[in-house]
Amino acid sequence: MLFCSIFSFAHANDVAVFAPKGVIALQERNLIITTTILMLIVVIPVFALMFFFTWKYRATNKHAKYTPDWASNETLEAIWWAIPGVIILVLAVITWKSTHELDPYKPLRSDVKPITIQVVALDWKWLFIYPEQRIATVNLVEFPLGTPINFEITADAPMNSFWIPELGGQIYAMPGMKTQLHLMASDVGIYSGTSANFSGPGFSDMKFAAKSVSQSEFLEWAYAVKTASSTLTYDAYIRLSAPSKNNAVSLYSSVDDGLYDKIVMKFTAPNKEEANKTEAIMNMQHK
Amino acid sequence: MNFLGKLTYADLPHDPIVIGATSFIILAGLAIVGLLFYFKRGKWLWDEWLTSVDHKKIGVMYIVVAIVMLFRGFSDAIMMRTQQAIAVGDNAGFLPPDHYDQIFTAHGVIMIFFVAMPFMFGLINLVVPLQIGARDVAFPFLNSLSFWLFVVGAILVNLSLMLGEFAATGWLAYPPLSELQYSPGVGVDYYIWSIQIAGLGSLFSGINFFTTILKLRAPGMTLMRMPVFVWTALSSMTLVIVAFPVLTVTLAMLFFDRFTGMHFFTAGGGGNPMMYVNLIWAWGHPEVYILVLPAFGIFSEVASAFSQKKLFGYTTMIYATVAITTLSFLVWVHHFFTMGAGANVNAFFGIMTMIIAVPTGVKIFNWLFTMYRGRIIFMSPMYWMLGFIFTFTIGGMTGVLLAVPGADFQLHNSLFLIAHFHNTIIGGAVFGYFAGFAYWFPKAMGFRLSEKYGVRAFWCWIVGFFVTFTPLYIVGLMGMTRRLNHYEVATGWQPFLIVAAFGAVIIGFGILFQVMQIYVSIRDRKQNLDTTGDPWNGRTLEWSTSSPPPFYNFAHIPVVHGRYPFWDIKNGMHPKETTTHYQDIHMPKNTPTGIYIAICSFFIGFALIWHILWLIPIGVVGIIVLVMIRSFDYETEYVVTAGEVERIERSKGRNHS
Repeated sequence: MLFCSIFSFAHANDVAVFAPKGVIALQERNLIITTTILMLIVVIPVFALMFFFTWKYRATNKHAKYTPDWASNETLEAIWWAIPGVIILVLAVITWKSTHELDPYKPLRSDVKPITIQVVALDWKWLFIYPEQRIATVNLVEFPLGTPINFEITADAPMNSFWIPELGGQIYAMPGMKTQLHLMASDVGIYSGTSANFSGPGFSDMKFAAKSVSQSEFLEWAYAVKTASSTLTYDAYIRLSAPSKNNAVSLYSSVDDGLYDKIVMKFTAPNKEEANKTEAIMNMQHK
Repeated sequence: MNFLGKLTYADLPHDPIVIGATSFIILAGLAIVGLLFYFKRGKWLWDEWLTSVDHKKIGVMYIVVAIVMLFRGFSDAIMMRTQQAIAVGDNAGFLPPDHYDQIFTAHGVIMIFFVAMPFMFGLINLVVPLQIGARDVAFPFLNSLSFWLFVVGAILVNLSLMLGEFAATGWLAYPPLSELQYSPGVGVDYYIWSIQIAGLGSLFSGINFFTTILKLRAPGMTLMRMPVFVWTALSSMTLVIVAFPVLTVTLAMLFFDRFTGMHFFTAGGGGNPMMYVNLIWAWGHPEVYILVLPAFGIFSEVASAFSQKKLFGYTTMIYATVAITTLSFLVWVHHFFTMGAGANVNAFFGIMTMIIAVPTGVKIFNWLFTMYRGRIIFMSPMYWMLGFIFTFTIGGMTGVLLAVPGADFQLHNSLFLIAHFHNTIIGGAVFGYFAGFAYWFPKAMGFRLSEKYGVRAFWCWIVGFFVTFTPLYIVGLMGMTRRLNHYEVATGWQPFLIVAAFGAVIIGFGILFQVMQIYVSIRDRKQNLDTTGDPWNGRTLEWSTSSPPPFYNFAHIPVVHGRYPFWDIKNGMHPKETTTHYQDIHMPKNTPTGIYIAICSFFIGFALIWHILWLIPIGVVGIIVLVMIRSFDYETEYVVTAGEVERIERSKGRNHS
């Protein structure tokens, strides 16, 4: 079909969704293929019948049988309620199981200790905070291969969607909300990460590199970041969160404690003045 | 408070593309008005068309506006395809993000609200009363008002091009991006008020046709004797009545957030943007069925007429339609599996979505078996029908794929999704309207459309469609997300996007052939006159009256004995009542009140967009006064005497019902 022929132009490795480099992406690709094959059971006969009937029963073909008043047949109609019904039943079972299996919130099974990475979508860049390593990066996320990654995702900007196609499916990044995504890379490499949900004029450059490296390389890298000159204090964060386009990668040797939670919680107060007032009152009470 | 609210000199257009488009619209408008005066047709236009409450004329006007807006929406599409084909690496393309973002937003809004909706309402207006043997709709004045409210919406969308800006948020304006904090300009306000005013018109039309179908059917036309198009229209109008209030309330809440500083959907202050996403899709998903169900009805009529055979499986067709109508309210979450709902919720909505594929599949098999053992005549409505089955089936397949949450995580918001819904909306709804346009054009106008240009338009559309959207499926799988203004060379997307832009040009030729088709058909109308009123050997009542029908549709209200009343008469199964005794007919008077109310609505919308506070009460009071005047007008009908009816019927040289 046209679809397949044009498809062959694309180099297999360029088609990110079909070239998975992580356990989740692999299962998601297999699910896409299984579902497509199941549907072809109905779609191919539809196309075959359409072309055959169109050709056979053309008005100029006077040899074909013509039954102008034949307008219902319960057996036939039962068949085409039943066959798609059965396929959808099979697909429903697959959907129920795969949706639970591939729930983005479900931690991955592994003997390796997972790593937590906190993600903040900003106007228009991605901030990554490593709470265990106490470092942070912008537009670059590096992680060890074969290690489950627990992404905790929020936004200090309009809604975005956090997506690394080669590692697996996306989840929204929303202000005042924490979403989760569990991924694991099965191959070293640099994969492209992106926002899949439009968030304003700088959206097109809201990309990041997702770098999968060996465990030892990751430790070396994290150690190197520790020597970076910048630190991510709350003030530095406020400056960073101002809208800016096409940001370069930056590295922060330290991060204020609880910065991520502070970003999530800042939206729960009625407004900024209220938030400041609340903060002031709480400080007074502590004194 | 400024006299003109937020409106200043800076809001006039400065960009050369915009200045060009603005000047074109203004000059074209002046040219039309000038020509009307020159040929002294202004009064005729006002008396015969603009103030008309005749459902046939309103239907024609809906379709005219839909075609004009199709040009606008398609220009946006060409600009988007061109931008994405060239804006790679260091090349920023020709549209900076602030302009480009408005264009894709306008493209979506225009194509759904101001092309697809009016085209659908136009065909329903034109055909439904004729098919049920009625003389007009239940509320003729409301029908005129609906149309003019829709026109005001369309004017506001186009006005945003000249004064200020349109929303740059995507066609559903998700908050918090659409909130004042992130979109301080008037773009989102234009978005809200153009849709609110047009949407009110849609709701009125929904009520009007729901009532018309249930109350005004000819004697003997039971529900299960209604033509399939009437059934699909009834289902669609049911969805309009239930879904549009959700849209109205949702956009009203967004408006209150922006205008009065409330916090329904803001990021902070207790607002919940996720609520908006749920509400807008609680309208948005039924909306796609509002658009596609009438198209299904059209295909049922066309498949039967051009296979010269009864529709196969009428009863299952109706059950399938009603099943889809009901299920369409139980699937909205599939538009945002990625928002983080639990696996149980996602799986439930995924499975409900797939279940819709069953009745839809049943319909496709019924159409195929209508062709089976038929005598298929290949004319343009049938080409659209076959193109639909091919295109829509692929769209259905990719739709089921997107309904599996695990697969959707990798496909959501990518160009794969874009290709999918164009497959269903163009392949389903738009091809359906084109089929209906070619099928009922002779009925509305009294002459046939040029078949040569119709077939050319079809081939350009279908080839152009696949050349455009097949590459988009692929770049979607390569990880390209929607609404990108530019991208890197290394992505390898550019060759595909160049092919897609080329495909859009082919579709452009399709549209050009359609314009040619209308022009050539009007020029050669004398050769293509439909003198019989029944050009396709039809089965239903609209073919039993002349083309175009007299303003009262039927001299005698037909009595229906079966599913195919006109067929039965033609084949002598139910002899038509041969009485020549005519009776007086009561018809509604034309009225300009709908236009006046719409003008007041325009003032309200414009005032709310630009915060011109003094103008708001003027518009509101104006509407109240107009409604009062109208409600005290007891002479909204007039009598066409039996003698007059007889004279009209005899002058047609033909005496049908």
